[in-house]
Amino acid sequence: MTQERISAEIADLHEAYLKEGVERHHAARDFAPYRSSALRHPHQPLVVVDDPEAAELTGPVFGVTDVTALDADLTRQHQGQPLGERITVTGRVLDRAGRPVRGQLVEVWQANASGRYLHQRDDHPAPLDPNFTGVGRCLTDDEGRYAFTTVRPGAYPWRNHRNAWRPAHIHFSLFGTAFAQRLITQMYFPGDPLFPYDPIFNSVLDERARQRMIAAYDHDLSVPEWSLGYRWDIVLDGPSATWMES
Amino acid sequence: MIKPTPSQTVGPFYGYALPFAGGGDLAHGGIVLHGRVYDGAGEPVPDALLEFWQSDPDGGLRGAPGSLRRDPVTGAIIGRHGLDFTGFGRVATDADGRWMLRTLMPGLPYISVCVFARGLGHHLYTRAYLRDEPGDRLLAALEPGRRATLMAAEEREGVYVFDVRLQGEQETVFLDFG
Repeated sequence: MTQERISAEIADLHEAYLKEGVERHHAARDFAPYRSSALRHPHQPLVVVDDPEAAELTGPVFGVTDVTALDADLTRQHQGQPLGERITVTGRVLDRAGRPVRGQLVEVWQANASGRYLHQRDDHPAPLDPNFTGVGRCLTDDEGRYAFTTVRPGAYPWRNHRNAWRPAHIHFSLFGTAFAQRLITQMYFPGDPLFPYDPIFNSVLDERARQRMIAAYDHDLSVPEWSLGYRWDIVLDGPSATWMES
Repeated sequence: MIKPTPSQTVGPFYGYALPFAGGGDLAHGGIVLHGRVYDGAGEPVPDALLEFWQSDPDGGLRGAPGSLRRDPVTGAIIGRHGLDFTGFGRVATDADGRWMLRTLMPGLPYISVCVFARGLGHHLYTRAYLRDEPGDRLLAALEPGRRATLMAAEEREGVYVFDVRLQGEQETVFLDFG
């Protein structure tokens, strides 16, 4: 399977999306260029639950016992410093009404600077870094802010098709006040030349929605003689009932 | 209304980041809920991640912190202390697509399930119903064949089985909360 073929499939699906004219925010579950999606998406439409008492309008809570001081700094979890470009990533977690999501758990995981995950099934022949695990957690503050210090992850190959490469990204997992606001996504870096080739990035059919997955370089967040700063705000989707709360 | 950040697949490499020791052990001495996740070819899915959210035995939905309670010395996850009921569980499927939850019988008739997997660009919600309640709005709205996919079967006293079929025949009913 060539990149040319995959790119043509992506272009066709993006064109069909524009023709349909219905705005969609999330990754399409049925997205043939991402080969693993073929047998892992439902054929039946989702069933709408319209119940103000639904358990999913509430959600799990987390607290100070669920995180430790070192969790948010992925460069300090080992005896030495990891290799790579040190970065800070910060932003706010908001609901669709623009209100901060306070005191909720944010989890991240990522490849190291060479594009290798500390995972037994990642056999990309790039070096592991004994000073980097690539896992972080924090709780959002009263303004919904989160912040991580880490290294910029490398791009890496995968076997979706011949010469498939993932653009550099950090995986993010987020909780809102409702279980129905749950989000797992990926943060990308501005200007990555791999964007047009990647079926996972492009499984989000809407061009403006794809842009919302890309962090902004923010020079004011860069720390002199220390790290480069990126800003990325995250907006949790969810049932309209949760937007109406006071 | 602000536009949301898009979902992306959890991918294949979440395993050293998201699952945590005791993630499926909400409480002992209650019920066991277990099952497998299958793909559209009927094969077990060995790299799915399931999350659970449920009411306490009185139907309360307040939850409690401490699902990932940590040892401040080593940073290791030492698990829930067992006094509060957190209501939250997280379990990765094993190589055979199997998962297991030890918890308390919820006051509401169901446990909410959220499914993540490699190949799944946007997570899916479903519910494992532990009993049929005539007044339940979701069950009432489904035709019998589809409703059956949400009913956990009691294999023996206190042990319930609930399989998730992502696609195809007997495909699980997945939910949209608007």
